[in-house]
Amino acid sequence: MAYISKINRRQLRDQANAAKNRRELIAAQFSRRDLMKMGLLTSAGLLIPKRGLSVRAQDALSSFGQTGQCTSPATTPFVDLLPIMPVKQSVPSLNPAPTECPNTAAGESRTRCHQAFTQLPPQRLYQVVQQTANVTVSPDLPVQTMWGFDAIVPGPTYVSNYGVPILVRNVNSLPINNGGFGLPSVSTHLHNGHTPSESDGFPCDFFEIGHFYDQHYPNVLAGFASDHQPNGDINEALSTLWYHDHRVDFTSQNVYKGLAGFFLLFNQFDTGNESTGFHLPSFPDFDIPMMFADKCFDQAGLLAFDLFNLDGILGDKFLVNGKIQPVLHVSPRRYRFRWLNSGPSRFYQIFLTRLDSSTTNQFWQISNDGNLLPHPIQISSVKLGVAERADVIIDFAPFAGRTLYLENRLVQRNGRGPDCELSQRGQGNLLLQIVVDLPPVADNSVDPATNPTFYTLPDKTAQPRVTRTFNFELTQNGQWTINNQFMDCNTIRFTVQQNTVERWVLRNTQTDRPAWTHPIHIHFEEYQIFSGNNQFCFNEPPTSVNVSRKDVIRLNPNTQVTLFFRFRDFLGRYPMHCHNTIHEDHAMMLRWEIGTTGDLNQNP
Amino acid sequence: MIDRRNLMAVVGMAPFAGWTSARAFTEDSKPNAAPKTSREVLRDRYFPNVVLTTHEGKKVRFYDDLLKDKIVVLNFMYASCEGVCPVITANLMTVQKLLGERVGRDIFIYSITVRPEEDSPKVLKEYARMHGIGPGWLILTGEPKDVELLRAKLGFVDPNPEVDRDKARHSGVIRFGNEPLQRWGACPGQSAPDWIVASIKSVDWPKSEQAKRAG
Ligand SMILES: [Cu+2]
Repeated sequence: MAYISKINRRQLRDQANAAKNRRELIAAQFSRRDLMKMGLLTSAGLLIPKRGLSVRAQDALSSFGQTGQCTSPATTPFVDLLPIMPVKQSVPSLNPAPTECPNTAAGESRTRCHQAFTQLPPQRLYQVVQQTANVTVSPDLPVQTMWGFDAIVPGPTYVSNYGVPILVRNVNSLPINNGGFGLPSVSTHLHNGHTPSESDGFPCDFFEIGHFYDQHYPNVLAGFASDHQPNGDINEALSTLWYHDHRVDFTSQNVYKGLAGFFLLFNQFDTGNESTGFHLPSFPDFDIPMMFADKCFDQAGLLAFDLFNLDGILGDKFLVNGKIQPVLHVSPRRYRFRWLNSGPSRFYQIFLTRLDSSTTNQFWQISNDGNLLPHPIQISSVKLGVAERADVIIDFAPFAGRTLYLENRLVQRNGRGPDCELSQRGQGNLLLQIVVDLPPVADNSVDPATNPTFYTLPDKTAQPRVTRTFNFELTQNGQWTINNQFMDCNTIRFTVQQNTVERWVLRNTQTDRPAWTHPIHIHFEEYQIFSGNNQFCFNEPPTSVNVSRKDVIRLNPNTQVTLFFRFRDFLGRYPMHCHNTIHEDHAMMLRWEIGTTGDLNQNP
Repeated sequence: MIDRRNLMAVVGMAPFAGWTSARAFTEDSKPNAAPKTSREVLRDRYFPNVVLTTHEGKKVRFYDDLLKDKIVVLNFMYASCEGVCPVITANLMTVQKLLGERVGRDIFIYSITVRPEEDSPKVLKEYARMHGIGPGWLILTGEPKDVELLRAKLGFVDPNPEVDRDKARHSGVIRFGNEPLQRWGACPGQSAPDWIVASIKSVDWPKSEQAKRAG
């Protein structure tokens, strides 16, 4: 680590000191409440030691330092309950009625006709309004003026079914005054829907206050119009998606300000009912979406966004479903948690921690990026890069009467990417307190230990038509690029021929700067990894979790990955971009297209 | 090991209260002080009101004279730069043309030198003349410490300290902002000029206001 300065070394030493002091205090069996009363523990769970914690206070002249760090006011953890977002309700009709081609006269900002409107007509209609949301994130902080879909943060959860196409009308009712950051101009992306281009939430399809945009989600399996007619390839089924603002150049601000929510997709196997199909825990009682976000609050306790950072930004407050360090009460049985790292720049490695025991608690990962794996995989932690999702099954039966925590133990000191080290158990970021104190209830869900089969992986032996290589770099003069070019809405960098297979090589080989980990997201179809390391740190072997369908890849320093892609069913424009949204908003993105004919550009 | 008894000694030893951010929170919210508006928060956080000198030799204050109530386009450069500067300056020339009469009325372009020691107002005036830089676009110099402060506050820095010290590798980013509406974005200075203009217009006044502001 040639770039660790003397100050950083001192900070590291102080951090180690702080951790040591805290371990001593815990060993002396002071309760958290005791320590807080004595002023020795901040509510974030950080110890104020003899010489230590205020590691951060040393460079806390302003809310933001050059590392993208911040120092928020103290908050009391584990008071508020984990919010469960309401299920979005459909409406009988929309006025004006949705049209195949843009209803510009009525104020619609869409620029292209729906591709599959007559073939897969919407059976359910929704209207969602982006507007001001007054949000309480902690009992210790003032009410925050954020932006939310339907005025809540996170937005409502869409519950959809394969075979039931829907249409969502987005209405922009955001205020002109943004309260310090955010642009009241939006484009809502369904990450990673198999969505026609005009409904994808392409970053350049943004629309302004007073306008609307109809998005048609066919909820159809990839391959339905090509190699798996008429219903598509069941092995391409998606389950946990999320939607978020994707306005070009302003995504980081707008998502940080609250414009994100979950979108769940069920089918005849993943039914949401534990008595049927794959017998996964029933939604919503035992199937809980959890959106992780790290944020920063200024000295007045108000949400703050570092506008002028180019590297990546970190918060020191950890929110789950919009609350700082909430509590969840559960019954002693199996639950499905759907974890999402909503960014903007932090990477997580989440453990199930007991503070009163040093056992390693195992649980099951059943999906990667929201796509069910062939089989559950037993694990003791889940790694989540920005925008990645993981569905897990945790059995709380052995923990009746206990308190557990979701703990992020991955150390990250700046917005560039994670450091290759784990904090000690109990010394990381406690994200959520889970109290197993609800009465026992029947559990008809499948025991992952019986090794149930979900889907098999789609074949990837087809011969790629072209291999394209992409370098993700900062220029000599500090500008983010892909293949040394910048995002420009008007530039189509390459065109893929529909219904062909391609091999993409993504490279992060920059050596003249401190290392970045770029979480690269590609819209439209899930890919599979041919080769390359998708782990956080350099020398970890790939795990079986890597053998899956993905839509975000963690591009570690000094690595390259090779991906296998299909491009079926729809035509039009899509982006590829870094999902460290700070990089994304500073041009680390490109526009590519799917056409009836494609090019063979190997370095587009 | 710390036990309950000597813990209190530890508490007594260190000035904890002064270190906690909770204390800073209370200090900041004195009962009589009106809470800052978000605009004032941004001003205080990012926009030091340092005095700069324009290429026409005029003294100006960064916030009061250059940013307040305006849409602004900001970049860093230096007169003898032969790296990215010529391309970025040429792009800004085109941007100025494309924005037309609004430049100097409600949109202002500011290029700040990273080499204030060399770039006197006279040098910058020559630079402006050579490039045909018109009204509404100021080339600025100042006290080196003020220029460095601005560069850091506005985030025109490189994460590698060696690169950051190398003036020839100064940031090629263009920032644009609407100060009263608190809308701030950035794009690469080497982008196509029409895309730079589109980017700047993303922070424009609402339609209803444009006519009034732009005249
Ligand atoms: Cu990146």
